[in-house]
Amino acid sequence: MSKPSDLVQGTLDLLILKILALEPLNGWAISQRLKQISSEVLGVSDGSLYPALHKMEQRGWITAQWRPSEKNRRAKFYSMTRLGRKQLEKETANWNRISAAISAIVKLKEA
Amino acid sequence: MNFEQWWYTLPLRLRLRFYPKQADQELKDELRDHLEQQIKENVARGMSAEDARYSAILALGGLTQIEQQCRDARGANIIEDFVQDLRYGFRQLCRGPGFSALAILCLTLGIGANAAVFSWVEGILFRPYPAVTHEDRLVALAGTARGESGATEVSWPDFLDLRRSCTRCDELFVSKITGSTLSIGDHAEVARGSIVSANYFDAIGVHPILGRGFEPGEDVGSNAHPDVVISYQLWRDRFKADPQIIGKMQRLNNVPHTIIGVAPEGFYGTFVGWAMQFWVPASMEENFESGGYKLEDRGARWVESYVRLKPGASRAQAQEEISAIAKRLETNYPATNRGCGIGLWPLWQTPFNNAGTLLPTLEIMLAVVALVLLTACANVGNLLLVRSFTRRHEMSVRLAIGASRARLFKQLLTEGLILATLGAAGGLLVAYWCRHALVLLLPARSGVAMYLPGEIDWRVMAMSAGICLIATLIVGLFPALQIRNLDLAGALKAESSSVAGARGRARMRSGLVVLQVCLSFILLAGGVLLLESLQKIRTTSPGFSTTSVVQTGASVVAAGYDVPRAKAFQDELIDRVRALPGVESAAFARVTPLGYATYSSTPIAVDGYQPAPDEQPAVDYNQVGPTYFATLGIPLLSGREFARDDDENAPLVALVNRTMVERYWGGQDPIGRRLQVKGGWARVVGVAADSKYESMRENPKPFFYVPLRQDFTRGPALNIRTTQSLPSISAALVREVRALDANLALYEMITLQEQVNRSTSPQLVAVTLVSILGGLALLLAGVGLYGVMSYAVAQSTRELGLRMALGAGAPNLLRLVISRGLRLTAGGVLFGTVAGLALTRLLGKFLYNVSPHDPLAFGSAMAVMTITGITACLLPAWRATRTDPARVLRD
Repeated sequence: MSKPSDLVQGTLDLLILKILALEPLNGWAISQRLKQISSEVLGVSDGSLYPALHKMEQRGWITAQWRPSEKNRRAKFYSMTRLGRKQLEKETANWNRISAAISAIVKLKEA
Repeated sequence: MNFEQWWYTLPLRLRLRFYPKQADQELKDELRDHLEQQIKENVARGMSAEDARYSAILALGGLTQIEQQCRDARGANIIEDFVQDLRYGFRQLCRGPGFSALAILCLTLGIGANAAVFSWVEGILFRPYPAVTHEDRLVALAGTARGESGATEVSWPDFLDLRRSCTRCDELFVSKITGSTLSIGDHAEVARGSIVSANYFDAIGVHPILGRGFEPGEDVGSNAHPDVVISYQLWRDRFKADPQIIGKMQRLNNVPHTIIGVAPEGFYGTFVGWAMQFWVPASMEENFESGGYKLEDRGARWVESYVRLKPGASRAQAQEEISAIAKRLETNYPATNRGCGIGLWPLWQTPFNNAGTLLPTLEIMLAVVALVLLTACANVGNLLLVRSFTRRHEMSVRLAIGASRARLFKQLLTEGLILATLGAAGGLLVAYWCRHALVLLLPARSGVAMYLPGEIDWRVMAMSAGICLIATLIVGLFPALQIRNLDLAGALKAESSSVAGARGRARMRSGLVVLQVCLSFILLAGGVLLLESLQKIRTTSPGFSTTSVVQTGASVVAAGYDVPRAKAFQDELIDRVRALPGVESAAFARVTPLGYATYSSTPIAVDGYQPAPDEQPAVDYNQVGPTYFATLGIPLLSGREFARDDDENAPLVALVNRTMVERYWGGQDPIGRRLQVKGGWARVVGVAADSKYESMRENPKPFFYVPLRQDFTRGPALNIRTTQSLPSISAALVREVRALDANLALYEMITLQEQVNRSTSPQLVAVTLVSILGGLALLLAGVGLYGVMSYAVAQSTRELGLRMALGAGAPNLLRLVISRGLRLTAGGVLFGTVAGLALTRLLGKFLYNVSPHDPLAFGSAMAVMTITGITACLLPAWRATRTDPARVLRD
């Protein structure tokens, strides 16, 4: 559906990893958490969430398990691996670097 | 992809591969779950059921699309690809069963030859004693003589001193091969055994399954501990696995021994070449060895032993220490130890068993099987190349619809892997069948076959797997290279015979054939060299006559004869034998030349010869009876033979050989001069011509003879010069021996020619194996050449048809095709000659009076190759002449 901008696409992994760093969650909970945290500013569609999750699972950053959720329904819970933690660190550093650079540029124009 | 990533994703990948439906269902469940939660939330916000559902689907963006996006997100799955390739590869192989069978057969032979030789190397050289604990720290210990290569033995007192003072050795133990006649019930047979030190079984960590091993102190004293441990095979086969065996008596060389233990199954002793059947302690040595009681004689060298190094100690470090000890012994006991050192050898170079004799053969074999493998790979590569041409269209289509070249590459390698794996499996089977094959090439001695087991352990498996991977790469490489320069547009334009591409391929195939011809040429030339050398060895005169002389022996030691009785028996037997019809002469000798028994060696002193300060002249000698030289046909250069009255009461005498005269008397006539042997001075009475003593390939060396009566041994060999055939003289001799004593058995009777042949059996093994493998390589090269030429003919029907239409006759076409084939052969022979001239030098140890660059060998290899080349081209050439010009031109 509505394709998120490239910037968001690149940072979607970062956001998901950040969320999963706290606790294992299922897809629905991740989408809810994303909306809460970003106050719906980023507008991550649920449509892009699942392919991202599957891609990250394939890369070994996160692993999935089927467990009963709170309402005793079986749900697929994602949790972060050691590899994912490393990736998170890398992407965080990357993000900090880029955002610092961009905000510097933005300020430059204002001056 | 690193290991950690594999670790996390392997279950997922396997799951996706093997349970794709379930994985898909889970994806659907996951998305539906999300959808339902969304609907529930929407309803909670106050939407109608219908609106809630619609809005939820809108938010998610269409279930089917998302599912597909998720599947795509998984990306390429290596495992999935691999399994797919495997399946596809198998289908391809089944489509051309003849091709596949041929390819697998080639690889089976190539890999099998390698695996078999690896298993021999492992079982004979590197892991000869699998039952022994810490075999990896075991090294062989033997004596050395200053200024001479090779090994001698060590004396028992020296061994004890070594054992006391060596700090870098865990254990030192003696294991000296011996033989005995074993009579159980009314059946007698020759058995092999070892004389061992009392610590033997403890040192090697082998624990008898019944009874016990030897206890400390059992290797002390003269004939003090008549105990024997028997092998599992002997116990099972000859004693019917009697559980009450311990404590029973068994006569060995007519001395009753108490059976105190049964060794475990799978333990064959510590001697490469024979499976041991019994073990006796060193205190029983004089009952099995000639030369009397030797445990307190530092001059008597007879001990062969092994050392287990301390963990972490290297052989070089231990050698350093042992050399220092040997040096000390030399200073302390100059009379016996001057010039004597002690050396350590890795097991695979053990000088006193068959490891040493088979080492060069196996080294050559390793090189030869590598060449055979290369030939086989070239052949299979060639086959695959042909097939890759027929599959060109398929490959182009797959490329055109989006397969990456890497993916096709992977697939072709997978097909190569399937072939190589099947070949390796077949190869291991071949190796398993051949693991005892080496024994077939070596003659049995005294009716006991040798025991040279191949060992197929994880290391051999790993080596074979490695070979399999190399084969995969080589075999898969050729068709894969074709993909690289696959011209998509050109190839898709139907099967327009793209001449340029075909030419490149033809060049590659021709290159492979040239390689095959080259490799098999090298093997052929090497094989002919070895054959020539064997021929030379077997036709060279050993210095004694071989045809009309037979040798045997009687079991007087085993029958318990004492010295006076043995003397009387010998005198009587020799008179009876000489009286037999057709017997020209007969003589006893302790050792027959080129036989298995070893000569005595002794330090000597020579009148008028001043040895260098650190030189201790030591010379091998033989104890022989009257008329020995006439019987063996060794010419006397001057003086006389020993006579009957050169006995224990007469003054000591000796005969020397020509080389000894040169060395110690400066070539002057030594008759009447004196020679000191074992403390006594003997007068030289004659000079004999040089002959071969231990090996057909040895150089002339100093040697002397003393009368048997003056250095007596109870069980000498009997040599008979006769005009009778072997069976009739054998039967007559059995009669005579029986008449003297019915309890005596006669040893195997063989001609001296047979003795010579047995002594050259390692050469025969090398010749046989190289011939078999060379023949195999030749066959493979022939098939390769045939394939290339057939294909070339099939591809150039148009050209051939044109030529015919323009008036070329069948002979012209025949000549054309054959000359093309011969050009390839000539190329291969050219490279083969260059490589062969460099490589045949490796055969040096095997060649006797044959230059490694012998033109006859290279010439005949060239001839054989040319004939093979022509033969391989005949059928394709004949087919070329059958080209129908009219039809070709019409098409």
